[in-house]
Order: sequence, then structure tokens, then C-alpha cells
Amino acid sequence: MSFINYLSREINCKIVYYGPGLCGKTTNLQYVYNKTNPEAKGKMISLATETERTLFFDFLPLALGEIRGFKTRFHLYTVPGQVFYDASRKLILKGVDGVVFVADSQIARMEANMESMENLRTNLAEQGYSLDKLPYVIQYNKRDMPSIAPSEELRAMLNPQGVPDFDAVAVTGQGVFETLKAIAKLVLTELRRSGG
Amino acid sequence: MTNPQMVMYEEEFNQIQAIVDRLVKEANARVVFIIDKNGQLIAASGDTELDTTSLASLTAGNIAATGGMAKLLRENEFTTQFHEGEQSNIHIQLVGNRVILVVIFDNKTSLGLVRLRVKKASEQLNGIFEALLQKVQDPARETPFAEITDEDIDNLFND
Repeated sequence: MSFINYLSREINCKIVYYGPGLCGKTTNLQYVYNKTNPEAKGKMISLATETERTLFFDFLPLALGEIRGFKTRFHLYTVPGQVFYDASRKLILKGVDGVVFVADSQIARMEANMESMENLRTNLAEQGYSLDKLPYVIQYNKRDMPSIAPSEELRAMLNPQGVPDFDAVAVTGQGVFETLKAIAKLVLTELRRSGG
Repeated sequence: MTNPQMVMYEEEFNQIQAIVDRLVKEANARVVFIIDKNGQLIAASGDTELDTTSLASLTAGNIAATGGMAKLLRENEFTTQFHEGEQSNIHIQLVGNRVILVVIFDNKTSLGLVRLRVKKASEQLNGIFEALLQKVQDPARETPFAEITDEDIDNLFND
């Protein structure tokens, strides 16, 4: 849940990047970190294995600017993608305000995408959330790879509810900020709807 | 939603800050901070030059992981954690299963004293947060966000 501080006039929200192993969640955060002004970001933390696979989470605090005199701060988290880290994934979803699902566009990863999305639904439900009610966007990453599925096919498989979705190449930054802006906007709109 | 919105007002913040300030002095600690279970920093006192945002997020992760272990052992929660280093130590206390009280201290004080002072501070904090949560759940509460326009939101992204 977002945290509103009337004294320091800040809104703090939590966004989680979810998706199968090696789909580019950490790469998304690294790109945002590298392209953001130093005054707008905090330190990026990666709890990773020696081979740079996310072990627990990555964390990046980001300030987006003011809205009606309130500073908006977003805490971006990734989850570990590999299947056997499920217990950790559940923990990171606690208190989430918005979810970015990063899909791997490669045909060989279609099953992994579906499995991860099912896992997201299950883990959200355990916390009492529903993916259909939560601010949520999808990113089709790795559009530069050979053997990728067409966007329409990915959309039909992963986005039947028609949430905002974006093609991306996270390593070069294509689609990264579009995705972030879309989820931030949905989170703020939800904050307005729910009355903060 | 499962857990209520965390909101902080001036009155409660001042009460919380007073407790935290006192705890730093009485426990002879380096820094004391309070975070909510989602990793948001609520208040801090002492040597706040430390990267408290990162510490807050990692502490919440730590508490969440420990809570996960507790569940596997059919414990409700492990409410206290202590990390001992060569120069610095961290004492982490879950307060009212809602917020986390973190005390970082060195060899100028002792674990016994820290525990004693934390216990007293926890009881006081628990009362304040309980009252705060009731206030937040009041449906008549005013909020500045109902008036946010699409334009306000779009303006955030005009760069």
C-alpha cells in the first residue's frame, strides 16, 4: 500500500517488476537507474547471486516530481524469476501498488511466460489482491532477438484483459520509460479513485 | 485491499519522532529508525547520514523473509532480530505486527540496555500506531488526491 506523509508532503508507492527468469526485469531497473538524474534517484540495490541472477530482489527508489504539492516517490522492486524462488517472490508482492509483467518475447520462453503469469495471479491472490483490480501493465521484452513471437500473438496469450502493453528492448532502453510511465500513471489514478 | 493505507499526520509524527529521539539518547545508539512493513521509512533519529532509504527496504525484506520462516515453523512471527558485527550491531523489533523499529549501535552501549529501551519504546509506539490506523480508516477522512486531474498526472512526465 502506498504511504502518504502529510508532514513531509510525500506519496510513496511500490511497483513490482514480475516475470520469468532472465526476461530482463533487472535490466529494466538498471536502464532506469542509468538514465535518471542523480537528484531523482537513490541507490540501486541488487541482492544477486555470484552469477548476477536476482536472489531476493533489486530495489530502486525514484522521485518523479510533484503533484498538487506532494512529492511522488516510487520504489521499484524486481522479484527473482527462477521458479524455485517462489517463497521470496511472495514476500516482495506484499504492499504492492502496481505490477509490471515483463514477458520474454522469444518463442522458446512462451511456456515460461504463461507459468510466471499464473504464478503472479496465485501469489497476488494469497495476499488478497487480484490482478484484475490492481494497476498493471505488460512489457514484451527482447524484441531484438531472433525467433520471437509476433506482438499480436503475445498479446492474445498474455493480455486478454487488454491492459496497457509495450514492446521493449530493455538493454537499449526501448520501451523502458514508456512502461514505467504507464504504470506510474495507473498507480496515481488508482490513488485518486480510492481516495488515498 | 488487505492492509490499510499508511498515512502520517503531523500530530502523530511528532509523537513518534519524540519517542525515536528519546530512544537514541537513552539507548546510546547511533541511529534509530521506524519503517513500515512495506519498506517505507517513517521516522529516523541520530546519524541519519546513513542511507536510510536502502536500509529501510532491506530491513523490510529481512522481516518479510523471517516472517516466511516463522510461517514454515508455524510460529506467528519472530518479533526480534539481532545482527552482530565487528563495529556495528543492528537490533530489529517488530511493533504491533505493523511497523519495524530498528536500532543501530556500536560498543558505546550494550545489547541489554538497547533491549530494555526498545521494549519501553515499542509499547508507546504500538499505542500511537493503533490510534493512527483507526484515524486512517475513518471514511470521513479528507484526502487531497480526489482532486488530482489527468493533467496533473501527465505533467509529471513532461520532460
